[in-house]
Amino acid sequence: MQDKSINILGIETSCDETAAAVVADGKIVKSSVIASQTKLHEKYGGVVPELASRAHIEKIYPVIAEAIAQANVVRDDIDAIAVANQPGLTIALIVGVTAAKTLSFTWNKPLIAINHLHAHLQSAMLSEDNPQLPAVALIVSGGHTCLYDYRSSLEPLLLGSTIDDAAGEAFDKVATILKLPYPGGPSIEKAAEKGNPDAIKFPRSMLGRDSLDFSFSGIKTAVLYYCRGQNMKGQNKVDSMSEQQIADIAASFQAAVVDVLVKKTKRAADKIGANTILLGGGVAANNQLRTRLQQMCDSDVPPKKLLIAPKQYCTDNAVMVASLAYYKFKAGLFAELTLEPKATG
Amino acid sequence: MDFNTTSNSPDETIEFGRRLGSQLKGGEVIAVCGPLGSGKTHLIKGIAAGAGAKDRRDVNSPTFVIVNEYAGRFDIYHIDAYRLNSVSEFEMLGFDDFCYPESVVLIEWADKIESALQAIDYIRIELEHAGETKRKIHVESKSA
Repeated sequence: MQDKSINILGIETSCDETAAAVVADGKIVKSSVIASQTKLHEKYGGVVPELASRAHIEKIYPVIAEAIAQANVVRDDIDAIAVANQPGLTIALIVGVTAAKTLSFTWNKPLIAINHLHAHLQSAMLSEDNPQLPAVALIVSGGHTCLYDYRSSLEPLLLGSTIDDAAGEAFDKVATILKLPYPGGPSIEKAAEKGNPDAIKFPRSMLGRDSLDFSFSGIKTAVLYYCRGQNMKGQNKVDSMSEQQIADIAASFQAAVVDVLVKKTKRAADKIGANTILLGGGVAANNQLRTRLQQMCDSDVPPKKLLIAPKQYCTDNAVMVASLAYYKFKAGLFAELTLEPKATG
Repeated sequence: MDFNTTSNSPDETIEFGRRLGSQLKGGEVIAVCGPLGSGKTHLIKGIAAGAGAKDRRDVNSPTFVIVNEYAGRFDIYHIDAYRLNSVSEFEMLGFDDFCYPESVVLIEWADKIESALQAIDYIRIELEHAGETKRKIHVESKSA
């Protein structure tokens, strides 16, 4: 049987996940394998590079083999190999890049280099064929908080990003202050469900009237001072706090972060005249952020359209890499075998 | 070098870092210690700017990604040990490869991996909370 679709094998190893996927024509997910290291990380309280790097090396070929098997394709069906080569942790990226280059060379398939953050934007486009462009795209994760002017898959333009902590990092560090379990994002969200978001007025750092950058280090410190006293000499009150008090802090913190994210996204949309909003990255799984962005979109005249990455493709995955690679394939944008990982993007 | 100073705001912390960064000659390792919210990222933002990093906004927290790299008068490596659990993990990052005459290595949460620095000369900076925005800063040269 002749299969005329373009099948791309995508590989992602930029931080803690080892992932591979086969996607046809940029939309049809034939397989998605993520060797999730969450269980390992839970034990150690974070992304652990030694484990992450070692695990990438141990898992990369089994993960790729599994992705090809689950997709029910053979080597000849694959039209190109795509890999996220930036931005990320160099020793992690190099594992995926080396695997991709090896496959590209030995299988004689074109190699496609993908920017990990641009791939996150692509996740939000998976379920939509012809969104109205330009769109404003918000990527929020542990390592990144970025706003883009999105006019095409290939050339998103960075409008602003965090100047200190990423939003997901703030969730994680506040969870640590409140002694909530890792990973911090889901823990804060769960604790916040029973809390009053107006209980404590934490600061919303807007960085001036026109800025599209973010700053989340101030709110982290504000939560710390709330719990420890302003000179850090006081007793840590967290141990003696009731569940309700913890819930109120979590809810008030979450509300402040979401407030800033929603307001800046609206500001960016107004600035570039966008009627579509894209949302991706690990923090895009946060229901409060989803709800508030939806409310913002619905209340605008005319209403904006919100496209959110499916939950399984919010966190790092290879589907987004293979999907974006399809558009680079069509445009003839291929990489050389001298491709190297880049820490910055 | 061994002195104390105080900063009254994040901007002052950045400015102190910038002055320090402008004095760097290449080959330095700077270990930045201090608790959550004490201004480590702000200080490093200043040092990197002083060392010629082009856009200060690009200098942000590498807690998740572990290592940020910036181009300036030197190759600037900004490492965050927050998530590291052992010195061997730090060494496996390729720390030795980051240290050369044309590089500057800036390490946040350096107290977690300080024993890995025993064999080298480095500058140790300790930040301490002293009020809502006030910080004590202690700078000290450490010799191998």
